[in-house]
Amino acid sequence: MPDMLSWPMIIGLMVKQFWPVWAALVVTFVVSIRFKRRLGLYGKLFDSPVGMVGFAIVMFWVFTAVFAPMIQTLPPLDQFGSAKNPLPGAPTPDGSPYPFFLLGGDHLARDVFSRMVAGARQVLIIAPAATTFAFLVGITLGLPAGYFGGKLDTGLSFLANLVLAFPVILLFYLLVTPEIRNTGIPIYLAAVLFIFPVIFCVVLLNGRYRTNPPRRNLYVGVTLVFGLWAYSGLAFNMDPLGVWGMEPNLLNVFVSVVFVNAPTVFRIVRGIVMDIKSRDYVAAGQTRGETPSYIMMWEILPNARGPLIVDFCLRIGYTTILLGTLGFFGLGVSPESPDWGSTINAGRKILSMVPHPAVVPALALMSLVLGLNLLADGLREESLKD
Amino acid sequence: MTTWDPSQPILEIENLSISFFTRLREIPAVMDFSAKVMAGEAMGLVGESGCGKSTVALAVMRDLGKNGKIVAGKIKFKGRDLVTMDDEELRHIRGSEIAMIYQEPMASLNPAMKIGAQLAEVPMIHQAMPKDQAWALARQIVADVRLPDPDRILNAYPHQLSGGQQQRIVIAMALMSKPALLILDEPTTALDVTVEAGIVDLVKDLGHKYGTSMLFISHNLGLIMDVCDRLCVMYSGEAVETGNVTEVFDMMRHPYTQALFRSIPLPGADKNSRPLISIPGNFPLPHERPNGCNFGPRCDYFEAGRCNAGDIAMDPIPGGDRHASRCLKWAEIDWMAPPAARVSKPKSPIGKVVLKMEELKKYYALSSGAFGGGAKKVVKANETLSFEAREGETLAIVGESGCGKSTFAKVLMGLETATSGSIMLFDENIQSTPIQKRNVDTVSSVQMVFQNPFDTLNPSMSVGRQIVRALEVFRQGKSDAEREARMLELLDLVKLPRAFAERMPRQLSGGQKQRVGIARAFAGGAKVVVADEPVSALDVSVQAAVTDLLMDIQRENKTTLLFISHDLSIVRYLSDRVLVMYLGHVVETGTTDQVFQPPYHPYTEALLSAVPIADTKVVRKRIVLEGDIPSAVNPPPGCPFQTRCRWKSQVPGGLCDREMPPMRMLEGGHQIKCHLGAEVLAGMEPVIKAAAE
Amino acid sequence: MLIFVLRRLGVMALTALVLTFVVFYLTNLQPNLEKLARSEGSVRMTEESVKVWLAENGFAKPVVYRYGEWLGVVPGWTHTDEKGTTRGRCIPQGSDPAEAATYCGVLQGNWGFSTVFKNPVLDEVAGKLGATGWLMMWVMIVMVPTSLIIGIIAGMREGSRTDRVLSTFSIASTATPEYVSGVILVALLASPMTGLSPLLNEWGVIGSKTLFQGSATSAMDDITFWNFFLPVMTIALYGIGYIARMTRASMTEVMTQQYIRTARLKGVRFRDVVIRHALRNALIAPFTVIMLQFPWLLNGVVVAESLFNYKGFGWTLVTAAGNNDIDMLLGCSVVAVIVVLVTQLISDIGYVFLNPRIRLS
Repeated sequence: MPDMLSWPMIIGLMVKQFWPVWAALVVTFVVSIRFKRRLGLYGKLFDSPVGMVGFAIVMFWVFTAVFAPMIQTLPPLDQFGSAKNPLPGAPTPDGSPYPFFLLGGDHLARDVFSRMVAGARQVLIIAPAATTFAFLVGITLGLPAGYFGGKLDTGLSFLANLVLAFPVILLFYLLVTPEIRNTGIPIYLAAVLFIFPVIFCVVLLNGRYRTNPPRRNLYVGVTLVFGLWAYSGLAFNMDPLGVWGMEPNLLNVFVSVVFVNAPTVFRIVRGIVMDIKSRDYVAAGQTRGETPSYIMMWEILPNARGPLIVDFCLRIGYTTILLGTLGFFGLGVSPESPDWGSTINAGRKILSMVPHPAVVPALALMSLVLGLNLLADGLREESLKD
Repeated sequence: MTTWDPSQPILEIENLSISFFTRLREIPAVMDFSAKVMAGEAMGLVGESGCGKSTVALAVMRDLGKNGKIVAGKIKFKGRDLVTMDDEELRHIRGSEIAMIYQEPMASLNPAMKIGAQLAEVPMIHQAMPKDQAWALARQIVADVRLPDPDRILNAYPHQLSGGQQQRIVIAMALMSKPALLILDEPTTALDVTVEAGIVDLVKDLGHKYGTSMLFISHNLGLIMDVCDRLCVMYSGEAVETGNVTEVFDMMRHPYTQALFRSIPLPGADKNSRPLISIPGNFPLPHERPNGCNFGPRCDYFEAGRCNAGDIAMDPIPGGDRHASRCLKWAEIDWMAPPAARVSKPKSPIGKVVLKMEELKKYYALSSGAFGGGAKKVVKANETLSFEAREGETLAIVGESGCGKSTFAKVLMGLETATSGSIMLFDENIQSTPIQKRNVDTVSSVQMVFQNPFDTLNPSMSVGRQIVRALEVFRQGKSDAEREARMLELLDLVKLPRAFAERMPRQLSGGQKQRVGIARAFAGGAKVVVADEPVSALDVSVQAAVTDLLMDIQRENKTTLLFISHDLSIVRYLSDRVLVMYLGHVVETGTTDQVFQPPYHPYTEALLSAVPIADTKVVRKRIVLEGDIPSAVNPPPGCPFQTRCRWKSQVPGGLCDREMPPMRMLEGGHQIKCHLGAEVLAGMEPVIKAAAE
Repeated sequence: MLIFVLRRLGVMALTALVLTFVVFYLTNLQPNLEKLARSEGSVRMTEESVKVWLAENGFAKPVVYRYGEWLGVVPGWTHTDEKGTTRGRCIPQGSDPAEAATYCGVLQGNWGFSTVFKNPVLDEVAGKLGATGWLMMWVMIVMVPTSLIIGIIAGMREGSRTDRVLSTFSIASTATPEYVSGVILVALLASPMTGLSPLLNEWGVIGSKTLFQGSATSAMDDITFWNFFLPVMTIALYGIGYIARMTRASMTEVMTQQYIRTARLKGVRFRDVVIRHALRNALIAPFTVIMLQFPWLLNGVVVAESLFNYKGFGWTLVTAAGNNDIDMLLGCSVVAVIVVLVTQLISDIGYVFLNPRIRLS
């Protein structure tokens, strides 16, 4: 049986374990810097040191999520031995696939390092997906609210403020409980929230190809078939082909996070639209007889992309924090799950005695959010330089 | 303080070079600039945007920001070099010895501080004056800049004042410590012409009263002539000609100065017989300046191998009053020769009535107060507007801000519906049809060209795509290929290279963007085009090119052009008929000749007098209107113009205060909305006269 | 101004009604009620007897009606069983039904009875709010000045080294949610095994095993620096970064305004430019943010109180939610919603006062 590893050795082994990530990072950076002048805003990111650092951290976690099966040393859900909370560098029992607990083990003797890597995968699927949905909902409602104003705006803003006035934590306690699944409320919410991406795409294409009905019918038709197919699977779990679907527990968490984020996006979009709609090119569109949907989708939205992209990055970070909060209160995807919030929750009870099971995922989460914030800062700085 | 001999220049700039440093490169903004301002003298700096004139002003203040650096030269103020001064010394000079007046008065005043506090601060810093004394001084200076009710103004916040009042406050602030040098950076650009006239008069008077030297920066040659003794013409970072105003205006010795004068509409220019001559080509970007003479590529007298051989120095002109030119060939050019390029064009015939408006009214209901509630107010944006416009005709609609000319455009375009009245387009009443309900033909036959070139194109769509979209919407062309071809033809029409189709708007200059806007408007074969100040945001040399382009397209297509503008010079140059508006009312209408000759409506008279004209051979009667334009929310009773009218006393019985004057028909279809008696009108003198030769 | 405030109050009341109804609806879902029946009655109740129990305890009526009862605008339920004893919402145990009031809801001051704490909700909430009040107060005292100073110093010279350092700090701190900073702080400062404490103990700097206490339970009775520092910092850290970034953004924007140039070219000292000319304009935006931080602080409070076992409002909320204590959860929600709405109102009114441009004349 091997001895305990020292910290330099642990770090060395971890660095080695992450080799696919390093390789992918190097390729990404070399290619991007080589062609940065041709890559628009993305390319300009490589002029800003802050943005580059942020991008590197974010991509580190993205690649970790992608290559997770190659990086993790031990299966994240399995127990190894009976010793509780083995320390970082402790050897695993004989016959284990890997000789050490690189960053120690938790109270069930599961490998903390592998769980962190596996958790990255969970977080980096749910957070960006939920943020995207929140954005599509917020944009689809924010555009008409800002553009038309009036009663529509008053009504939608009231609803948005209503959700915003709800303390997030309370909402989670009420929405993310096992009991609520029996009442079907998450499915109703999903039915409302998930239809917005379909509406968004249909309106987008309809505005653009309005003048050419055959082509419009083709594009809108394809979108509808595909969109409603995914919709039926995601919201109602009734996909006839079984491709789309979400576990009820995951759906519950997902819907709540979208629900909490969408009103903020709505407010941001509404504000930007109110600013842009007074521009002459919008008036030019109006005097040309364009429909409001074309003006909103093609004249206004593309010009709002700068602040929206920046906020998108920030919001992925915020969503990551929210997911962690859910996990912290044991409201997460499932108790078994290696996601960072749940792991912190599991580790906090023994925190003052053995900190590593909680500190490792905490640092992972912090670094990802930090990376996203730095990335957003870099993007904001560069997009303002035009 | 070192002794300084008053016979020496107050400000002496010697071979000043300024660069801005970006991550990619050094961008020279000003090269080898020299100038002298003597005590009590007013020096004008004139040039187009990007020529470096404001940079010079900021360099004198030593406020070039993080990226700007003075790379060579000296700026001597009262004999002391400002370039080498440290921050503390500079601080004592700023605001006390050199003061600055800015372009945007609203932005230049602290929104969260009372006017009085902002004014009193100056002597409190520089003379350590006690607070109450400083406020008393502030009160006196506010009265000096002819603001009514100084006590109320001192206790007001900037947003409670009008634009003209704010600019007077900025001037007052500059005068608080009686500076030796005043720098004015386009002080009237953001203001209406009649307000501008008042500010210009004030600046001139105060200059004399306090004996202040001035550095006056403007793009407007007429203003420079009004205010300055000497001027310096700048082009692309260099001074190209300097001298006293009359000498430069009458005996210019640099091709750029000459080209500039030929491109601005002076009285006597005419779109058919004496069209303006625009300067060919574009302003060079700072890092793409040519070798030798910067103006070379655009110059008619360019001689390859000589003009582009090497740097050219300022060459004094013998016999002139400190007159100098940065041209190698100034002695060889025949400055009196008429321009070769001037081609007179046939006058286009005026056809049948295309557009007819009758008794058009547009009222807005406005809820008062920032938080809603309170009584509803009605803004009368347009009051009984009636006119007709014919095929191939240019009808100018003239007025200052708040006169309702933009509302009128919106109603015509169908973005808003009128409250009452009718708009007939080819015998079809479109008054109550909002744009969504108009059919494609109607929409494509009434189109608009917008004011702000930087706003008129969607920044995230290529130029070609935007024109193609207009073609799609107007149902032009049967296939994508056909529309693509038509789009390229339209680019030809507005004289842009076809390669521009692929470009994004940010890669285009202001003038080029405006051309794309024109191409887009004509995509559906527009019959009526509303041009809302299409050239006011462009540089003078580009203005001429864009107006001429509009005129050419109009001639070809027999388009009816409704030209909305506040600039009477350009209106006189291109319009056939003129409509003068004030606070929602048409106060005068007639042919261009009728409107620009007496009898005038008193407002037209003041407007004409307010427009500066860059011609030493023209004498203008000075009529400066008192006060500001009243708010359209709260218009005066009776005649809308009565609050500022200088003829009011000539109307008996206070009629002006009580009754809206009727529209009076004078000879030849000339109409004036005024109570003045026929004999008074007949006795009016022309505002603009040619000086006796 | 008065109309504005009244109008805001109206919207606020409407918001409060809708929100409390939503909470009422979500806490009174059928599964929750059945759970309540089983925990109050007996665990082995049949479906039938659960229904009977619910009917006998006034839970069978439609949810809108019961919301009315809870609010106190609809008469409370009464139930007379076979023995002839009448029980009801407004009839305290052992009192005479004839003397009981008809209406007894939140508006009458009857917030219900907590099944977990065995105490009237109102008393319980009031006591717990007091404890949380202390926590919030110290958080504000630490957070607001620190963040404003950081933001202003960073923003007054954009791009300088100070700015870079402070901005990086604020970004890092906004990337650290409470449950992360709490964990790290405890591991670093309050663990006998890791971080500073073992070292300090070894060197003899501290007598106890840890530098700070990892639990704030003792602070319920007696607040000391050693038991309160960690929870306060845990909550404040995230807010500091957030407010500092807002302040910095606002400050940099103000510093590029023309009136700042005007002031500079008037010869005003840089220090006075910042203090006299920039500060007031730059503080308008952060003020709103600080006020709107309250809902988020509530989040932090819940996390920190659970982590440090400080029995305040957040801890109560978690306990109530975890134990299906319906009345308690409702009570907590009402308080939370009111706190959020009041801060929104203050932020709106404050904005009007700070910004002379929109002040009514």
